[in-house]
Amino acid sequence: MIDVLVIGGGNAALCAALMAREAGASVMLLEGAPKAWRGGNSQHTRNLRCMHDAPQDVLVEAYPEEEYWQDLLKVTGGMTNEKLARLVIRASSNCRDWMRAHGVHFQPSLSGALHVARTNAFFMGGGKALVNAYYRSAERLGVNIRYNAQVTDIELNGGTFVAAHLSARDAEGQRLPAERIQARTCVLAAGGFESNREWLREAWGQNERGEWPSDNFLIRGTRFNTGVLLRRMQQLGADFIGDPTQAHMVAIDARAPLYDGGICTRIDCVSLGVVVNRDGERFYDEGEDFWPKRYAIWGRLVAGQPGQQAYSIIDQQAIGRFMPPVFPGTKANSLEDLARQLKLPVAPFVSTIQAYNAACRVGTFDHTALDDCRTEGLTPAKTHWARPLVKPPFCAYPLKPGVTFTYLGLATDATAAVRFNGQASPNLFVAGEMMAGNVLGKGYTAGIGMAIGTAFGRIAGVQAAAAAGFITRSSQEPQHAAV
Amino acid sequence: MQLFDPKAPGTLIPVLNLDESEVQRQMTVCNACRYCEGFCAVFPAMTRRLEFSQADIHYLANLCHNCGACLHACQYAAPHEFAINVPKAMAKVRLDTYAEYAWPQAMGTLYRRNGLTLALASGAGLSLFLCLTLMMMGNLFTAMPGGNFYGIFPHNTLALMFGAVFGFAVLALAIGVRRFWRNVSPVEASREQTTSAALEASANVATLKYLDGGHGEGCNNADDRFTLWRRRFHHFTFYGFMLCFAATGVATLYHFLLGWSAPYPVLSVPVMLGIVGGFGLLVGPAGLLWLNLRRNAEHGDEQQKPMDRGFIALLFLVSASGLALLAFRESMALGLLLAIHLGLVMAFFLTMPYSKFAHGIFRSAALLKYSIEKRQPNPINAASD
Repeated sequence: MIDVLVIGGGNAALCAALMAREAGASVMLLEGAPKAWRGGNSQHTRNLRCMHDAPQDVLVEAYPEEEYWQDLLKVTGGMTNEKLARLVIRASSNCRDWMRAHGVHFQPSLSGALHVARTNAFFMGGGKALVNAYYRSAERLGVNIRYNAQVTDIELNGGTFVAAHLSARDAEGQRLPAERIQARTCVLAAGGFESNREWLREAWGQNERGEWPSDNFLIRGTRFNTGVLLRRMQQLGADFIGDPTQAHMVAIDARAPLYDGGICTRIDCVSLGVVVNRDGERFYDEGEDFWPKRYAIWGRLVAGQPGQQAYSIIDQQAIGRFMPPVFPGTKANSLEDLARQLKLPVAPFVSTIQAYNAACRVGTFDHTALDDCRTEGLTPAKTHWARPLVKPPFCAYPLKPGVTFTYLGLATDATAAVRFNGQASPNLFVAGEMMAGNVLGKGYTAGIGMAIGTAFGRIAGVQAAAAAGFITRSSQEPQHAAV
Repeated sequence: MQLFDPKAPGTLIPVLNLDESEVQRQMTVCNACRYCEGFCAVFPAMTRRLEFSQADIHYLANLCHNCGACLHACQYAAPHEFAINVPKAMAKVRLDTYAEYAWPQAMGTLYRRNGLTLALASGAGLSLFLCLTLMMMGNLFTAMPGGNFYGIFPHNTLALMFGAVFGFAVLALAIGVRRFWRNVSPVEASREQTTSAALEASANVATLKYLDGGHGEGCNNADDRFTLWRRRFHHFTFYGFMLCFAATGVATLYHFLLGWSAPYPVLSVPVMLGIVGGFGLLVGPAGLLWLNLRRNAEHGDEQQKPMDRGFIALLFLVSASGLALLAFRESMALGLLLAIHLGLVMAFFLTMPYSKFAHGIFRSAALLKYSIEKRQPNPINAASD
């Protein structure tokens, strides 16, 4: 019988598989996606938020534990578990040598992301390069890797894992039979439910306008995170944590693909101009804070607008000052023409911009600081970087909410155990998006998802190996499991 | 093809062809992603631009070493609907640039069926020297005392023939690369900047910096694993070629300056250089061909394989025939081996400006431009705020 069965094929699953294999256990990894799509959302990631007390290879200055914790506390508004959060933070300070040993390369912060050069270590080539390195390492170590292997059911005996079930399925032109795979222990790391349209619909419901907002969401993450296993664990009575509407959600280009839009679909010019909804009205302070600190709230803001649509409007002064978008903007030499091209009501749109322009109190424009360019007497205000939109051609990008990953997940503890009625399972563990909600109840800060996935993936792997009889030094000290 | 620009009378806007448009499309996706910035020079050069003109596209295409790293790391590679494959898109444009900048321009069409071009040139070279040998000696199996091949073809005849062909090749390549250089939006740089840029670019060429993967583990060949063997076999080929070239150079100096005539003994400088270089020029091309046969089908442009393999094979044969000539120069085979070697060398020289050989020249120029460009302030300040 297999010692450790890992369900999932992204960063957390791979970390668990590698750690369990290193502890001496025999390991099988079941990736639901075909090989070409392997890696879950990890293929779209680019960095790891790392605690460090002094400069470290690609990381500049210091990012101490307390500052990291305060940052997390702020973005989650307290919806976090301090013990588990600190476990993740400490693990992030010393997991990189292990990552390197498995072939991951780091590089200095990318151009256009210099604001995180202190806090985040970037993967050379991004998350797919990391995923490739881990798969190569897993193959070399003798982990049995299977693709097109989506688990649809978990067989339990009380709170004890017995076997995983795969339904009969069509994959890459082949009919694959149903299977029952037994193992001594199991790690669940199969991602959230962001690509399950029905579940999103159920979670977001119908709004006061009679719309089903989630029908207009685009998914930046993997098309394979349909939450089948998450749903099944709910039905099996596992303890859950989190709100199903909470997710990493940003405003992305409305023309992005329905799934797997990834990083390039973002629109980074919001703070340089104004954002209007389909009625041509502004609805939020575009200059509230630096864009990297605000981009993650705009998905929900747009989700609250009629038709879940909005338009980021800039003029010539902003060109070249933000990351180039993947799709061309709509350009016009007059506001009226722009409104007509966007099919926005012309008069309200023009009057919104004129009111904004008239309210701008331009001081010294400085996009690198919370500058003194702001509006006066305008609701909602624009509190920084407010410059009148007067220099044609004007340019507009259509926005929609883009979901990267959901936060609803299994409640867990420092041993990454799945819990039933408050009792830890002896041999079933969880990692990655399926439990990220324990640490990240809402909000987001760059690189935290990979930090949680790496820390808990490694803990789950060690604990699963230990539960199968492969005790290592670190498995006896769960708090230091990833240290 | 060019379009009239109504905003700037007198200026024509070049219209992108299909291959160039594809690079433009892909670079727009890449510029919004930038995950691959650490791999090579293409992506940092890309981030200095918001739009990609034809000149930029030609420049980026020649900067690309077709290492494959960005393809295997790409979240937008097929089956993703964006179908990003930068090495392939760049390879297609690169071939277009060799053809377009070739001098005389009409000869650029030789790139369209380059495997055939090389085969025909080799056939012509071989026929020429076999016939000449027959004309001179009446047979193909002549031994000469001490392996004195000048007994078959006098030194001055060979020097004139090969000098003229080589001179033409150098001229054609120089004109081609000059046109390329002028077209790729030149930048103003100070003398100090140009000097340090030239040093850096030379080092990048000499070490094949951009086949190291950005992390030193090498580039991709068959799959997402890294290998340093493409770089090593290229080094064998390049330095082997340079040593053979040096052997010819030293021999020419011996002849004209010191009055020492070939054939030289095995332990002389020209022959030793030739032996070592010839060995490199056997191992390198053989290794490159071996890798090429195992190359991931998604890397580069499948249709260019005849050009690549033809060039590799020609280099291998030049070297093999040269070493065979050395080994058997005192036997009856001298006449035949000499004709074969000279015929292949002639084919190589004739096709230099119209074969894969040009890639080294255009890539070096692109690397120099990159080294100059990166010393200038970045005109785009995207999101470094």
